[in-house]
Amino acid sequence: MPTPTKGPRLGGSPAHEQLILANLATSLFKHGRITTTETKAKRLRPLAERLITKAKRDDLAARRDVRKTIGERDTFVALFETIAPRYANRNGGYTRIVKTGPRKGDAAPMAIIELVEELEVAAPAAPAKAAKAQAKKAAQEDKVAVLSGEAADESAADTDADK
Amino acid sequence: MAVPKRKMSRSNTRHRRAQWKVSAVATVACPQCKSAKLPHSACTVCGTYNGRQVLEV
Repeated sequence: MPTPTKGPRLGGSPAHEQLILANLATSLFKHGRITTTETKAKRLRPLAERLITKAKRDDLAARRDVRKTIGERDTFVALFETIAPRYANRNGGYTRIVKTGPRKGDAAPMAIIELVEELEVAAPAAPAKAAKAQAKKAAQEDKVAVLSGEAADESAADTDADK
Repeated sequence: MAVPKRKMSRSNTRHRRAQWKVSAVATVACPQCKSAKLPHSACTVCGTYNGRQVLEV
């Protein structure tokens, strides 16, 4: 889950922020790539990715949930029919943000947020995680072995002293 | 209400303002075109980032 947003909302009030983000998400799914400020792009990313995840699930509940944010019918259909199937073998990370430097006029840092390409082969995220966990487990076992070995040595020393 | 008792001298004003300094913007060389660009952002000269064409030039 993304970290909850701290500080003031975009546009001044929570309701306005929701509207701004919903409109940005609609534009993103409509055009595939939008230029906006860095802050808005960063706030948009978790919302857009959650919408795509819901579109991938594609049941009635998911459709109703997404409909609350994506008001435009054409964009809504495009999200479920063309965008979501593209990311069938991608687990998250559906968008990319590239910073493009300050804007002329108010020097606001700008960024481009776009939907990433289709993945040819399935993401190897799960195997990497499993390997890491295994390595950690092995390390822990080594540690335990070392500790028990020391304990054995100490007990032997104790018996020697008793004699 | 608290108000200044004396006019601030030009000298004091200028001494204070002499401490306002700007620092140069940190830049890195673009891996594609070698021109200076902001770090972690697309190059504004050739429009690439991470080997990918991002901006139209």
